[in-house]
Amino acid sequence: MNLHEYQAKELLKKYNVSVQEGFACSTVHEAEDAYRQIKTQFGSGFAVVKAQIHAGGRGKGTVKETGINGVKVGKNLDEVVDIAKKLLGGTLVTLQTGPAGRVVHKILVAQDMYYDGPSERKEFYLSVLLDRSKGQNVIIYSTEGGVNIEEVAQHTPDKIFKEWVHPSGGLLGFQARKIAFNLGLSGDAFKNAVKFVTNLYNAYVGLDCSMLEINPLFKAADNRIVAVDCKMNLDDNALMRHPDLNSMRDVTEEDPTEVEAGKYNLNFVKLDGNVGCMVNGAGLAMATMDMIKLSGGEPANFLDVGGSANAQTVEAGFKIILKDPAVKAILINIFGGIVRCDRVAQGVIDAYKKLGNISIPIIVRLQGTNAEEAKKLIDESGLKVQSAILLSEAAELVKRAVA
Amino acid sequence: MSILVNKNSKVLVQGFTGTEGSFHATQMIEYGTNIVGGVTPGKGGSTHLDKPVFNTVADCVKATGADISIIFVPPAFAADAIMEATDAGIHLVVCITEGIPVQDMVKVKNYLQGRNTRLIGPNCPGVITANECKVGIMPGFVFKPGRIGIVSKSGTLTYEAADQVAKAGLGISTAVGIGGDPIIGTTTKDAIELFMNDIDTDAIVMIGEIGGSMEAEAANWIKETGNKKPVVGFIAGQTAPPGRRMGHAGAIVGGADDTALAKMKIMRECGIHVVSSPADIGKKMAEVVPPTPKGEN
Repeated sequence: MNLHEYQAKELLKKYNVSVQEGFACSTVHEAEDAYRQIKTQFGSGFAVVKAQIHAGGRGKGTVKETGINGVKVGKNLDEVVDIAKKLLGGTLVTLQTGPAGRVVHKILVAQDMYYDGPSERKEFYLSVLLDRSKGQNVIIYSTEGGVNIEEVAQHTPDKIFKEWVHPSGGLLGFQARKIAFNLGLSGDAFKNAVKFVTNLYNAYVGLDCSMLEINPLFKAADNRIVAVDCKMNLDDNALMRHPDLNSMRDVTEEDPTEVEAGKYNLNFVKLDGNVGCMVNGAGLAMATMDMIKLSGGEPANFLDVGGSANAQTVEAGFKIILKDPAVKAILINIFGGIVRCDRVAQGVIDAYKKLGNISIPIIVRLQGTNAEEAKKLIDESGLKVQSAILLSEAAELVKRAVA
Repeated sequence: MSILVNKNSKVLVQGFTGTEGSFHATQMIEYGTNIVGGVTPGKGGSTHLDKPVFNTVADCVKATGADISIIFVPPAFAADAIMEATDAGIHLVVCITEGIPVQDMVKVKNYLQGRNTRLIGPNCPGVITANECKVGIMPGFVFKPGRIGIVSKSGTLTYEAADQVAKAGLGISTAVGIGGDPIIGTTTKDAIELFMNDIDTDAIVMIGEIGGSMEAEAANWIKETGNKKPVVGFIAGQTAPPGRRMGHAGAIVGGADDTALAKMKIMRECGIHVVSSPADIGKKMAEVVPPTPKGEN
């Protein structure tokens, strides 16, 4: 589950991680209040206004309707109000959103961290994530912050550091110090960075994050170390022990069809092809998509109906796939193991009859327990449904359907 | 002699009296697996499916001599169940549970280090040695006995492969579903190594998917050790878009190296017979498998 920047920062503060302070606003009026509060609290007339969407590249992205960038500094109240008006309700398009963009429902009006002071300002990069091959968490950091870290890794890999954390001891003191030293820090900035990294790692583990990225990690002119931006991704499997975090889900950021599929316990991912598919098991579902492509079609979705392929789940699956007008055929591929194929076949027939007006070809491939009986049921149902037992036969039927 | 499980295996079930545990324990008993008992904390001393129930894994091992455990415990408690079985000296733990938090598995992986317990899974269909022993949730009848080993990240795709192998006139020695989570106990390479050293396995089907680097690691190992047995490979997710999780928690393309095409390329370079279509697994196996010596099955 992804969180917005403002939500992630609220959570980090609970772990004593210092962040750029700000207020999340849904209206221009709230933005005005936020600006006034920031001015009194921090004594600066500048404020940063940041669109809150679940995608990166906001600073360089632009709002379709108004042409404004997703992150903008306002130098006085009028400017902040103007920026807020142009961002709220607009569609922000960034490199990560795709051309459709995302509607901005909330903005974060935040303090300006780039004030003057005795020491030099600097931007770093720091993230915590899982190293799958080692089975350990790793802190990845770099002196090059505020930029695309993938480019840094590609062009100057020597500027990327990694620190693995052994699960038995957690992040140790010397490791946190090493990170601060490698970032070239000394004095108060060094002490603040050690605290920051330690608390940030505790937040990562305590909140069951699957990814926590601070970019830029900022050294202000008064040697404070703060998170100016934050991307936080939570482990869905761990939400059961964080009921408070579950309420932070923003479904407006998710594909409405995928949200609906979730209600039926269907695992659905929308794609841009012309052949829909409904499969039991994630691996077989991906394999079926690949087969559709090899047969000359393009998969319109990933849909794993899980262990219980019955009339209800098949009906829900049909409805969800048929919402997409680009779909020219649907392939149902079920390997019946514990679940019997004839039951699944009956489910398909019932769902088909209930929905009535399906005008595109349906190909049903049922293999496993009672596959022959299932094929017979489908063939004798009088419905315009084509049946197959072998995967290669199903591939052939798809080929004909898209030809 | 196949790998991991056989007719002499003594299996206990953790989460024995729950819905899933009861259903699949019944299925395993019908298949012929020697289920010696089960563990459900608080229900020790009772009997379930005519087998004794214990409060702890240690009690069950002491009373029954169980050497294998299969876990159907809910996700919040499954990591603990794996570590309990490990502590009780179980040598093979098969964890079926789906949805274990990844930080729990970080702990488990660390706990297992230096101990003599092998973990299969989590989030996997289990292990089956055809006609001998099923420690899992797979439909047993699909696995006709023979001399082909299967290692796979995916459940139904394992059944698909086994079925195609049977239709090609061959059969299965052992099939191992290693699971699709980001952290798992037994890797593709671990399973392949077991098959390479198994005198009852002539060739191997290796099924992977997008995400992680296990397939590349296995492929390199196969090449380094001299391609001792033919391997047919398939990687699911050639059409999966980057950044989207495809069902399995681990099935997500992060970088250029964990796409299906990158994995297939490495596997081909390492001498693995890679098929692009999942419909061709059985056919390809029939082409590459060495002829079975007379007098053996």
